[in-house]
Amino acid sequence: MKRLHLYVLAGLLTAIGGGFFLYKLFVLGFPLQPETRTDVWRIEVQIRFEAAGGPVKAGLYLPRRTGDMIIVDQSFVSPGYGIVTEPRPGRGLAAIYSIREAGGLQTLYYRAVLQPTRIRDDQSRDAMPDKPAVEFEGAERIAAETVIRAAQQQSSDARTLAPLIVKRLQEAHPDDEASFLLGRQPSNRRLVAVAVKLLQFSGVPARTVNGIALEPERRDARIVQWLEYFADGRWHAAHTLASAREAPRTYLAWWRGDEPLVTLTGGRQLEHKIATSRSYELATRTAHNQQRDLEKKLVEFSLFGLPLQSQALFRTLMVIPVGILLLVVLRNIVGIKTFGTFMPVLIALAFRQTGPAWGIVFLCIVIGLGLAVRFYLDRLKLLLVPRLAAIVIVVVLLIAALTVVSFKLGLERGLSIGLFPIVIMTMTIERMTMVWEERGPGEALQQGLGSIAVGILCYFVMNLRIVEHLFFVFPELLLVALAATLLLGRYSGYRITELYRFRVLARK
Amino acid sequence: MNWFRLNALLNANGVLGINRRNAEYMLPHNPRACYPLVDDKTLTKQLAARAGVAVPELYGVIEIQQQVRTLPQLLGKYRDFVIKPARGSQGDGIIVVTGRTRNSYRIADGSLMDEHELGFHVSNILAGIYSLGGQSDKALIEYRVNFDPVFERITYRGVPDVRIIVFLGVPVMAMVRLPTRMSGGKANLHQGAIGTGVDMATGRTLDAVWRTEIVTEHPDTGNPVSGVQIPHWDTLLELGARSHELTGLGYQGIDIVLDRDKGPLILELNARPGLAIQMANQAGLRTRLDSVQRELPGLRTLADRVAFARERFAHAQIPARLPA
Repeated sequence: MKRLHLYVLAGLLTAIGGGFFLYKLFVLGFPLQPETRTDVWRIEVQIRFEAAGGPVKAGLYLPRRTGDMIIVDQSFVSPGYGIVTEPRPGRGLAAIYSIREAGGLQTLYYRAVLQPTRIRDDQSRDAMPDKPAVEFEGAERIAAETVIRAAQQQSSDARTLAPLIVKRLQEAHPDDEASFLLGRQPSNRRLVAVAVKLLQFSGVPARTVNGIALEPERRDARIVQWLEYFADGRWHAAHTLASAREAPRTYLAWWRGDEPLVTLTGGRQLEHKIATSRSYELATRTAHNQQRDLEKKLVEFSLFGLPLQSQALFRTLMVIPVGILLLVVLRNIVGIKTFGTFMPVLIALAFRQTGPAWGIVFLCIVIGLGLAVRFYLDRLKLLLVPRLAAIVIVVVLLIAALTVVSFKLGLERGLSIGLFPIVIMTMTIERMTMVWEERGPGEALQQGLGSIAVGILCYFVMNLRIVEHLFFVFPELLLVALAATLLLGRYSGYRITELYRFRVLARK
Repeated sequence: MNWFRLNALLNANGVLGINRRNAEYMLPHNPRACYPLVDDKTLTKQLAARAGVAVPELYGVIEIQQQVRTLPQLLGKYRDFVIKPARGSQGDGIIVVTGRTRNSYRIADGSLMDEHELGFHVSNILAGIYSLGGQSDKALIEYRVNFDPVFERITYRGVPDVRIIVFLGVPVMAMVRLPTRMSGGKANLHQGAIGTGVDMATGRTLDAVWRTEIVTEHPDTGNPVSGVQIPHWDTLLELGARSHELTGLGYQGIDIVLDRDKGPLILELNARPGLAIQMANQAGLRTRLDSVQRELPGLRTLADRVAFARERFAHAQIPARLPA
């Protein structure tokens, strides 16, 4: 009777959870694999200046659709200002913020959401730019001709010439022609400007590009320059920063030419800051246009409807039940002994921040030192609650000290040990001492190792990208997990460790 | 031997695992409300005293921290006694004082403790270190059992006791738990004590389990553990059979000590008795529990139940299959 009830309940939960899952998967086309998510970049430009009291006009270049990025959404936050956009041919598109009268500190914002294009633009032809007319004077002219001639001898056309010129400039030795052109202490900006000029001088249309590297969570993104040259009927980019070759970063071309990002009249002390952040969004969500109303609502009322920070929190929360389910299996079916019921899962959560290797090292250090202190406190004959409180304080101190020491040693990982569950660690230390004294160090170490082993297993399962993705995109799968847990709750077979324990009874 | 075969054999022999014990015997037959009666030994003692069942005499209870200071006065009268937590589990936190010198107490394991250490131990008990779930607790001071010399040859210090598993008023399996050097004088299997099986029909001991192995001799004294007749076996069976009415728990373990002068005394009752008893008896519990469940309607009186236990659970070990 009870069994039937349980089976019906578990079946119902599985049916509801599985049904929703299949509907979302097949009918709504939610992605099963995390790879089908797209990166979505958010950019925020903050402009601050002191207005003089009269009319103010601030020009800001705006990013535009490039070959592989499209702007999905943009917004201007600028109380009282009028905004018009002004195309500046050959350089880009600028937004002009203007106001008749403004005084004091002004803060203007521009925000944009970008997304990689799924279909690359067919850039078959760009308009052929005008032939530039550039001239070098005197000694510069001779140096320029030398550099270009050397590069031209090793190249066959514009596409091979441009990288060679860039390379020549990058490898400039003191006192050679290239370094003469670059001048003293050449910056990347200067290098790009010289390369552009050289290319133009040799008859290849070229221009300076200003942009930023898209990196997750940057508070202050730096504007970098690279160059573009025209060949075979289209523009090509040539990056000049060394790091551009090392790490395949995503660059966003913003505007062209030598002008600054922001121009201002009627104010002073201009400063601007660019922040970038990355988030994953469902390919289905970002492709708004193909969505029907129902789907839109479903997405809106799912975890994807939440602000980004909460989404990050739920990404973690949703995998906890997976760890718990694994813990139930390990405890009730395998029969591993652990300290505390759910301590291993909390450890696994902490490992998500520190990484398993450092996590284990830090955990062992904290618990080991904690045990030593606990054994020392034992001689003072303290009562239970004050003693526990003392251990909490010691654990916090240990964690602070470890963090500082590991940071000073250059271990960035050390910063994340503050996330270890302090109270849980304290209880673990206390329980471990008890077991140590009552049953001997063997038993204590066995349970300690059991806890860490289970924690690591939970960590690896909870950290699988596919697991995180599945439970975040399909939270209804938790109902299936619940059903599985309920069924495990009635598992009355032997635990695997019991097979070993009772092996003497296994005779015919 | 592969795991599946092991699983099948254990099943065929009716060996009870922890999961099944919890799911099919403890959860349905042990109502939550009855747990405090066995978890708190002061309540157990009161209950037993009311039912006229013999228990070790209670010398005193320490309930609050202030009383710890009165400990020396309380103990002054007694040369030997036992201090234990009222809600302790698995024998943790029990101190057996066997005698005293001028200002220190001699403990069963041979060590000495002074008044401060004893007081600290009592404070720890009150703070709930040994109690289930860590709630605050009481400390009992009671009569130290002067154990019957019958087990002297197969005991290393400490007090041996008899554990009987009782299901719905029928004693189903029993074992004698004998302290060893490893267990530090405690009659607790997981601390290294050995447990001998008991023939339910006669009350004679069988071979023993030590850890997960079967042994025939006591590891410290080297004497054979089997064939010892437990005195007062009838009384023990009767105590077991009565314990069901006493606590209302359907599935429980009852721990009895044999005192030289006072006979069998109930030491404690246990709502979550362990499963090692199966290895001591080299028999599965489930077979016996099943037969109790089947035939219970026919067992009306206490005598019926005791007779049933003697008749059906006589020692046969796991029956050797006759060659066909």
